[in-house]
Amino acid sequence: MSADPSQLPMLHSSSGATFSRLQVYLRAALPAISFLLVLGAIAWLNPRVISYFGFSLMLIYAVPILLATLAQMFAMTCNDIDLSIGTFVGFVCCVVATYLNDTPVLGVIVLLGCIGLYALLGALIHLRNLPSIVVTLGMSFVWQGLAILLMPKPGGKAPDWLQAIMSWEPPFLPLPIIAACLAALIVWYGLMQTSYGAILRGTGGNAKAISRAGWSLLRAKVILYAFVGLFGVSSGMALVGITRSADAHLGDGYTLLSIASVILGGGEFVGGVVSPTGAVLGALTLTLASTQLLGFLRIPPDWQVGANGAILVIVLAARVLLSNRGRKA
Amino acid sequence: MSWILNYLGKWPWIWSFTGALLVWLSAILFTGGYGSGGMITAALSLAVFTVIVGLGQMMVVTLGPGNVDLSLPANIGLASAVAMKVMAGDDHLVVVGLLAAIASGFAVGSINYLLIRALRIPPIIATLSASFVIQSADISYGRGLQIKPPPGFADFTNIQFFGIPILAIIVLGFALIAGLTLRRSIYGRSVLAIGQNMRAAWLAGVNVERVRFVTYALCGALGGLDGALLAGYFRGANVDIGNEYLLLSIAVVVIGGTSVAGGKANVPGVWGGALFLVLLQTMLNTYGASAGVRLLLTGLIIVAVITAAGGEKTTR
Repeated sequence: MSADPSQLPMLHSSSGATFSRLQVYLRAALPAISFLLVLGAIAWLNPRVISYFGFSLMLIYAVPILLATLAQMFAMTCNDIDLSIGTFVGFVCCVVATYLNDTPVLGVIVLLGCIGLYALLGALIHLRNLPSIVVTLGMSFVWQGLAILLMPKPGGKAPDWLQAIMSWEPPFLPLPIIAACLAALIVWYGLMQTSYGAILRGTGGNAKAISRAGWSLLRAKVILYAFVGLFGVSSGMALVGITRSADAHLGDGYTLLSIASVILGGGEFVGGVVSPTGAVLGALTLTLASTQLLGFLRIPPDWQVGANGAILVIVLAARVLLSNRGRKA
Repeated sequence: MSWILNYLGKWPWIWSFTGALLVWLSAILFTGGYGSGGMITAALSLAVFTVIVGLGQMMVVTLGPGNVDLSLPANIGLASAVAMKVMAGDDHLVVVGLLAAIASGFAVGSINYLLIRALRIPPIIATLSASFVIQSADISYGRGLQIKPPPGFADFTNIQFFGIPILAIIVLGFALIAGLTLRRSIYGRSVLAIGQNMRAAWLAGVNVERVRFVTYALCGALGGLDGALLAGYFRGANVDIGNEYLLLSIAVVVIGGTSVAGGKANVPGVWGGALFLVLLQTMLNTYGASAGVRLLLTGLIIVAVITAAGGEKTTR
């Protein structure tokens, strides 16, 4: 269980409780169950969308969101949170639609520089023992400012090859599903199956233990933050490949979406408890729920954001219910 | 030298006021002294709104790591609409409207706490989910709201004595009360105790859950009050009226020397931080900086300040 200090008094009263095996499985399957429920509801409301083109259209915007979610997940792996990921994605969009399109070499250098800057941030946060929430809050201003300087008004053009990738129609399976599976598989293998992935997660679980075992916490933090940058860059590239032109505010909603998706996918705020497959499923669920389900249910646009919040609360409530039952058993 | 640093270490809010002073000086150097007083008046009248929510955010942050209220912008937006609807442009209903806005904020804070407690959700995600729902409520409730604030109320929020806005004087008094509450009252001491070590506070007999409820409700109520005052000052309610106060409320708390790890609050620092950030915007404006440069420098300065201040030496 997580070591969330807010739960301490409660943990005390129920110490020694064990989870039944079934509850553990159910809890782990919750992201998949909620995804299937939302998908089922959509299929029931409008069976025609369950097709190759239906999925392509419904899920294409899930690709950048799930990449941003994975970026956020890397930050959460070491108990940090990145409040700047949304504005960072927006800045990347601007770079891709200007530099990468006009002068590819310069564009690549700028994007690599962004990843390097993220790695430096990780080092800074570790060396000065800073709260990530404040540093990334400050950085969110920085990225937003840079994006506005680069692109005062919407415009630019995504490189043709990027547009071609994002509108590619592979045989049998639609692109978003392939991308989701691929991203989940790669990150799952790297973070959950390799031994260094376990070390990285360990920095969130018990940093002291990892450090005493001889691993460099600085290096772990730098690597995790570099991955935040890398996935942030990928998210921006995917996004601008879909929209074809950029705007400094393109990624603004992504900070909250990415945090919500990680949590929906079973991640915890502390303890290095993360799940790459869950995070990807969480991003898919949230995209489907917010863009499609609400439309089919004819929920007025005013309440769509609110319905997103409600979905989050319901999933989290379901999670608590499962834990409670497990404790009683 | 070391005793000076030692002394300064006890007064972490000095830094934010020094920063504010430096920024103000460099702005009037640029204008050649022109508008130096007006700059302070403008800064005070804008800083007030940040201070009100900053104090609420400070109490929440002091509860310990992970405690933060992300629902403030939505809360402020909803309360501004509630206040304007209840006041209905009538000077007689100003007090009722203010109370309604505070009640709306109080309800938001209570909902936040309920989510945290009942669903055992981390505060960040609980207040975030709540803010989605509140934002929708505000959009739906405040759609096409064209009600102007009662003229008396709008004038009141703009009254100045010798260049000092009346709101600034009131909020200064309010900050004093907040400081006393924090240092002298059982509630304030409980908040600090919980932030330092929740389990120890619980074992020492502090009613942890009640204190947490009061703190979130208080922060919500302050957000509500802020919404009403903002609607008065800017002459109308608006869904986006509170948007910038999410980042600002957290930034002033941190710049002011309140510990993000909890257990250490700093009331004067909230004022210092708010003045610093508002004056910084003013300075950049007088230099003729574009919106992009203003954002960029604000961000860099927040990062620089937190880097210079350093984090907690103890690991949690």
